[in-house]
Amino acid sequence: MAAIEPMRQFLIHKVVDIAPFNLGGMTVDLSITNSIAMMILAAAVVCLILGLSARGAVVPGRLQTVGESLFDLVDGTLVTPIIGPAGRPYIPFILTIFMLILVMNLMGVVLAFGHLGGQDWTFTPTAQLAVTAALAVLTFVSVLVIGFIKNGLGFFKLFVPSGMPLAMVIFVVPFEVISFLVRPLTLAMRLFGNMLGGHVVINIFASFVVALGVVGLAGFGLNNLGLLGSLGSLAMVVALTGLELVVAGLQAFVFAALATVYLSEVVNLGHGH
Amino acid sequence: MDHTSAALIGAGLATMGMIGAGAGLGILFGNYLQAAIRNPSAAGQERVWLFLGMALTESMGIFALVVALLLRFVPA
Repeated sequence: MAAIEPMRQFLIHKVVDIAPFNLGGMTVDLSITNSIAMMILAAAVVCLILGLSARGAVVPGRLQTVGESLFDLVDGTLVTPIIGPAGRPYIPFILTIFMLILVMNLMGVVLAFGHLGGQDWTFTPTAQLAVTAALAVLTFVSVLVIGFIKNGLGFFKLFVPSGMPLAMVIFVVPFEVISFLVRPLTLAMRLFGNMLGGHVVINIFASFVVALGVVGLAGFGLNNLGLLGSLGSLAMVVALTGLELVVAGLQAFVFAALATVYLSEVVNLGHGH
Repeated sequence: MDHTSAALIGAGLATMGMIGAGAGLGILFGNYLQAAIRNPSAAGQERVWLFLGMALTESMGIFALVVALLLRFVPA
């Protein structure tokens, strides 16, 4: 019986091999791995859904309804209530991040082909720290750049809560700076941890189904209790897959919501909201 | 005790950070439900803040994960 390897689904292997070349002293490997292949697929799916749904018919069809409700989720529940009317230029950014993460998360749950032909086909790009860290750093740098463009050096007022006595400022500013700098870390780790944890738990319960089933079929007597455990684990796998679908949507929403809040702090800096 | 086993035990102990995050999430969603049942018409517009609070509470548990991963995978 194969050993339980819950982490193997996160292994990266090359799908299309491109020979590494040298660029200014650095070795650059542009091979397409399974992670990159899934990200390209996710980007294609996002473009397809949003492109096909943006036809602007007065009476929306099915796909246009999907596209409009996704847009309304970002515009109507995130950007406009949190940032206000000044937030309209940032809707495309938030929508892009939200859709990309949503599709990448869902692909990890829905496209569960498992182990076929000597290769693992199930892969969740957002369960890779490199991917989530890139998204988090992108958000963080965007907030920094927009903050400095909008406020100039007044950006640093972000670290000084208004109406605070001068004696307190000395103590509060370091904490504000730390909590600002730790944002990309928590953004990246939250998405990564949720996706990794959920998939590992599903994998472990799925391995119980097989292991306990083998015990249950081995003979008569107490052994048959294994079948009960196997059935229970199978039910757990189904329930956890449902939970993962919810978590996939929720984490995409949370990432978008936090990006919106961080943007709103620098866009509405100084004049409240 | 050698260094590796101490780090592994520490990584296991770091999962206790989930206690606080779990209690926090329970308080968060419990209070939201209580408020939402008392005033259902106001529940919808506060849901964004619910998820934001959830994200911030969860990040405390995530720091525990970071510590566990550091202990497990970073050679000292």
